[in-house]
Amino acid sequence: MVLSKTASESDVSIHSTFASRYVRNSLPRFQMPDNSIPKEAAYQIINDELMLDGNPRLNLASFVTTWMEPECDKLMMAAINKNYVDMDEYPVTTELQNRCVNMIARLFNAPLEESEAAVGVGTVGSSEAIMLAGLAFKRKWQNKRKAEGKPYDKPNIVTGANVQVCWEKFARYFEVELKEVKLREGYYVMDPVKAVEMVDENTICVAAILGSTLNGEFEDVKLLNDLLLEKNKQTGWDTPIHVDAASGGFIAPFLYPELEWDFRLPLVKSINVSGHKYGLVYAGIGWVIWRSKEDLPDELIFHINYLGADQPTFTLNFSKGSSQVIAQYYQLIRLGWEGYRNVMENCHENAMVLKEGLEKTGCFNIVSKDDGVPLVAFSLKDNKRYNEFEVAEMLRRFGWIVPAYTMPADAQHVTVLRVVVREDFSRTLAERLVLDITKVLHELDSLPAKLSVTCEQKNGKNGTVVKKTVMETQREVTDYWKKFVLERKTNKNTIC
Amino acid sequence: MVISSTNTDSAEHLNCTFASRYVRAAVPKFKMPETSIPKEAAYQVINDELMLDGNPRLNLASFVTTWMEPECDKLIMASVNKNYVDMDEYPVTTELQNRCVNMIAHLFNAPVGDDETAIGLGTVGSSEAIMLAGLAFKRKWQQRRKAQGKPYDKPNIVTGANVQVCWEKFARYFEVELKEVKLREEYYIMDPVQAVELVDENTICVAAILGSTLTGEFEDVKLLNELLTKKNEETGWETPIHVDAASGGFIAPFLYPELEWDFRLPLVKSINVSGHKYGLVYAGVGWVVWRTKDDLPEELIFHINYLGTDQPTFTLNFSKGSSQIIAQYYQFIRLGFEGYKHIMENCMESTRVLREGLEKMGRFKIVSKDVGVPLVAFSLKDSSKHTVFELSENLRRFGWIIPAYTMPPNAEKIAVLRVVVREDFSRNLAERLLSNIEEVLKEIDTLPSRLSTKAAHVTATINETQDGKFPKKSETETLEEVTRQWKRFVDGRRTGAC
Repeated sequence: MVLSKTASESDVSIHSTFASRYVRNSLPRFQMPDNSIPKEAAYQIINDELMLDGNPRLNLASFVTTWMEPECDKLMMAAINKNYVDMDEYPVTTELQNRCVNMIARLFNAPLEESEAAVGVGTVGSSEAIMLAGLAFKRKWQNKRKAEGKPYDKPNIVTGANVQVCWEKFARYFEVELKEVKLREGYYVMDPVKAVEMVDENTICVAAILGSTLNGEFEDVKLLNDLLLEKNKQTGWDTPIHVDAASGGFIAPFLYPELEWDFRLPLVKSINVSGHKYGLVYAGIGWVIWRSKEDLPDELIFHINYLGADQPTFTLNFSKGSSQVIAQYYQLIRLGWEGYRNVMENCHENAMVLKEGLEKTGCFNIVSKDDGVPLVAFSLKDNKRYNEFEVAEMLRRFGWIVPAYTMPADAQHVTVLRVVVREDFSRTLAERLVLDITKVLHELDSLPAKLSVTCEQKNGKNGTVVKKTVMETQREVTDYWKKFVLERKTNKNTIC
Repeated sequence: MVISSTNTDSAEHLNCTFASRYVRAAVPKFKMPETSIPKEAAYQVINDELMLDGNPRLNLASFVTTWMEPECDKLIMASVNKNYVDMDEYPVTTELQNRCVNMIAHLFNAPVGDDETAIGLGTVGSSEAIMLAGLAFKRKWQQRRKAQGKPYDKPNIVTGANVQVCWEKFARYFEVELKEVKLREEYYIMDPVQAVELVDENTICVAAILGSTLTGEFEDVKLLNELLTKKNEETGWETPIHVDAASGGFIAPFLYPELEWDFRLPLVKSINVSGHKYGLVYAGVGWVVWRTKDDLPEELIFHINYLGTDQPTFTLNFSKGSSQIIAQYYQFIRLGFEGYKHIMENCMESTRVLREGLEKMGRFKIVSKDVGVPLVAFSLKDSSKHTVFELSENLRRFGWIIPAYTMPPNAEKIAVLRVVVREDFSRNLAERLLSNIEEVLKEIDTLPSRLSTKAAHVTATINETQDGKFPKKSETETLEEVTRQWKRFVDGRRTGAC
């Protein structure tokens, strides 16, 4: 561990890192360096370069938790060297996972007795959770078709075009056709009526989203359930529902307990939720719960023995850290039902403050609804002079990371900015953000319109020589340099 | 964040945790509790229960790193709230991943120029890495078959029966047939000759392991490459090779640089390695590297925009922590080539000490080889009275966690114990382990064999039930039987902590 190298250079132990030669050398990028360097130097150099990353807490693009209590940090650090998959060696950690599964299953009203163990598993995130759920559906459907003597080579899944990319990955990697219900302007979630129309005998499940990534809306799972029940009665296909509650799973039970979206609806067979979104844990944990044992085909579960005892495993990942599972349990017992509700209410309140502040500027259309995930998605009322992407770029100067993106088909012409309100986004920050957005709008307003400049250039390019006055040329040159300087200032974060 | 609840217990904030009511209440197991509790109580309650987990550093079952320098711990903690997938928001972290990929590709002699970016990525572990590599092979093979107008619905993969479970998962979840080369006694890895025989037109790749989980051996990838090249020439199938170097990838380049197992062999198209094994990082990071751009079909890569800018993504997992990637880069520049080499040499030295100590006891047969992953796998020369499973159970009393397991087909009657020597397993610990093993051997030698006890118990029960009447037993016999049962009961309780 400690290397004994002949200290031909007295450098090593005497010089402070910034006095040593280590800060003069460029950091290796392509090949492993031949020699070791002192650990302090390694730490300092990497730490310094990382200063140029965005500040996670100002990263308003992400739903993923960026703050936890110091007590939890302590627990996480203590468990950092525990390989979660060693169930036999770390039985308590395994037990903690099981308790989390039990609690989350009951949060989702799974039909369980009081002390019955729920069927579910912890994953690295909702992506893995969704793939496991999808696999279970695919296998069940195949078994059913085989028993009926029908072809089972063309499975498909029905979702909205607003799905997160992991559904598309699932479809492509596991060779399931993705049948997407297109969006339309003003309606950015999956339409249950259209979804049910698309269901056919090859549909392994319909996936509804509780908390769309694009604008935080909850899809109407109850309506979907009712319509699909009817269709199932007519066709006898037994098509089930999966709810992707990655964001909404830890919001709906606390803010909208009357909303029926979970196992209370009979067709819902599995649900996934991200522990690292509103489960209030750092990145790296998700959960998938099945309604009952029947919904998880036994043949998908593996049993291994080479870690010492029989160990069942049904996850895509094997070795991984234990910290996030322990942190999830910490949050569940530390906060309890009232704690989570208080946090979600605070988030909702701050989202409203932000929304009202934006509305008051008079420049924005609010695209997100009040109910749903606490976030504000908004677009410019008039984006002819400047668009949402430019607003996002300029906000970076203040440290805020606010993403701008276009909607998927069939609403690609709509661009939005989206601010996600997490637990650690207080009202003060919300007010400051509104202030900074107002500043940015002022600045963009004062810039000359880009359109006129492009027109002039086009004329010139047509071959005709456009005679420009000295003033015009000067203005063009100044505009160009102004934009250049602005770009340099705002692109500070895109260093690669 | 701070919960304000009406304080019915006015002394609540004064009581230390162990004076409070929180340690009297049963900890929630099935339902979320209604109310919050103070963070100190939550911390204490969980921390205390976790004391009953095994000690990770004494967990000799695992290849996964259990110790890192404090400076690295600092870096890890500082980045625990960075969601790795936010490439646009955290460009430096993304850059660090790319540098790691470059370095690992060069370590494996990938045909990349000095300043060229390698093709590869960081994953959560070798499981994900293998699934991605397998997906790439499957897709390439399907494309080739479609172009040839041949059926592409029955892909298969050829491996040894000693593969880690993730290959079986890959096969089952991605609907690829697994054609396993069976092992035999004394030969616990994949036989290249038999493997190449199993290859047919539907084979998407042959997977060789550098560092078998069972015995630490390196499979002969060079021989496999030669035999497969010949077969490909005859058949025109172009079957490629994948090397699962989960353990061996960070050992072979430092200890056995002449061993040709990587991209120096032309048929090797992708390699995976676990950063969290001998890459010397905590659990949660693996790497997969492809030979060239052509070996990774473009259609498998997704582009998303809703985090702000265009972002290519080809992983099974999306959001995950950044800590391990940063830690991996730390290790690369902190240790450098010479650092890794010294550590691997130290591991091999401790392994040698352990192996020789075990041989000296005269009771064990060493199943692992000298060359390979630093571990010692050993079986009992005589397992008629006591088994390795008993040894393993008894060693737990001292705190050691050493797994005992049976080999896969066709060597199922061989049972071994395996000690993995990681970076933090010093010579002192090796010697202590040896003395504990000797103690345990002495102890169980004095105990009656459990196997014969079980047989006796079974026969007794059979006699009882078959005859319908109770055979007359002498007082001593009954007493003996009762004592035996209780001893077994106590043993079972002692060793299975849950």
